[in-house]
Amino acid sequence: MTAKISYDDVEAGTELPAQTFPVTRATLVRYAGASGDFNPIHWNEKFAKEVGLPDVIAHGMFTMAEAIRVITDWTGDPGAVVEYGVRFTKPVVVPNDDEGAVIEVSAKVAAKLDDQARTVRVDLTATSDGKKVLGMSRAVVRLA
Amino acid sequence: MALDQSFVGRSYPATAPYEVGREKIREFAEAIGDPAPAYTDAEAARALGHPDVIAPPTFVFSITFRAAGQVVEDPQLGLDYSRVVHGDQKFVYTRPVRAGDRLTVTSTIEAIKSMAGNDILDIRGEVHDAAGEHVVTAFTKLVARAAGQEG
Repeated sequence: MTAKISYDDVEAGTELPAQTFPVTRATLVRYAGASGDFNPIHWNEKFAKEVGLPDVIAHGMFTMAEAIRVITDWTGDPGAVVEYGVRFTKPVVVPNDDEGAVIEVSAKVAAKLDDQARTVRVDLTATSDGKKVLGMSRAVVRLA
Repeated sequence: MALDQSFVGRSYPATAPYEVGREKIREFAEAIGDPAPAYTDAEAARALGHPDVIAPPTFVFSITFRAAGQVVEDPQLGLDYSRVVHGDQKFVYTRPVRAGDRLTVTSTIEAIKSMAGNDILDIRGEVHDAAGEHVVTAFTKLVARAAGQEG
């Protein structure tokens, strides 16, 4: 594992570069195929509304996959992630237009965990349309 | 109706091996729009110390969730899957999943809780490679909403 960020160069409070990730209906269809999750709430508006959702929503696992990119892009090695967990608090609603939705992700180092293992905890914040879509979103990462 | 607590601690038989293919990893990386070379370029992955291309961190969920199907579809457990939403997800990695891995999943029911009429089910999926080495553990929390509750 070869993270490009050194453990010695970060401290609690260090902010990672924030990113925004667009998501359209086409994105969801593609993700459904790649992940094998064909639940119609992620592509069928009629079905989504029948079960009480405002519209088609993104897969929670899609949002989780996008959020960690703020960390994997930062470390340079996706294999440096030791632990990653989230709570799905609000759905990302994806309208049927060219714009779709946007997932905004920021992150900062919450704590340095282990000087020997060179691990840090990074807390993520993910919002869409002004609402927090992930809660308790955190990862443990091994740095260089 | 609350789920049977006697299912807590129950493990299900390990799944048949899932062979992780390079093109499947590429497809997944493209679906999440992630151009990181470690997912598609074996040389780039080796430069980072991996023996072959690796999968994005959440890739393994499609394998562990299929395995968790053994639990959620267990007729004896009696979970109403039409009311199930994904509550929490966590992964603890020994190493990243990589192309060529043959992965088996052993699912265990960690906890069953009932809160405000909702059934909450915690499933742990232990993922091992063909050599029997641990790769990752997936902790999945599913919430079956009480009947009559929408949204």
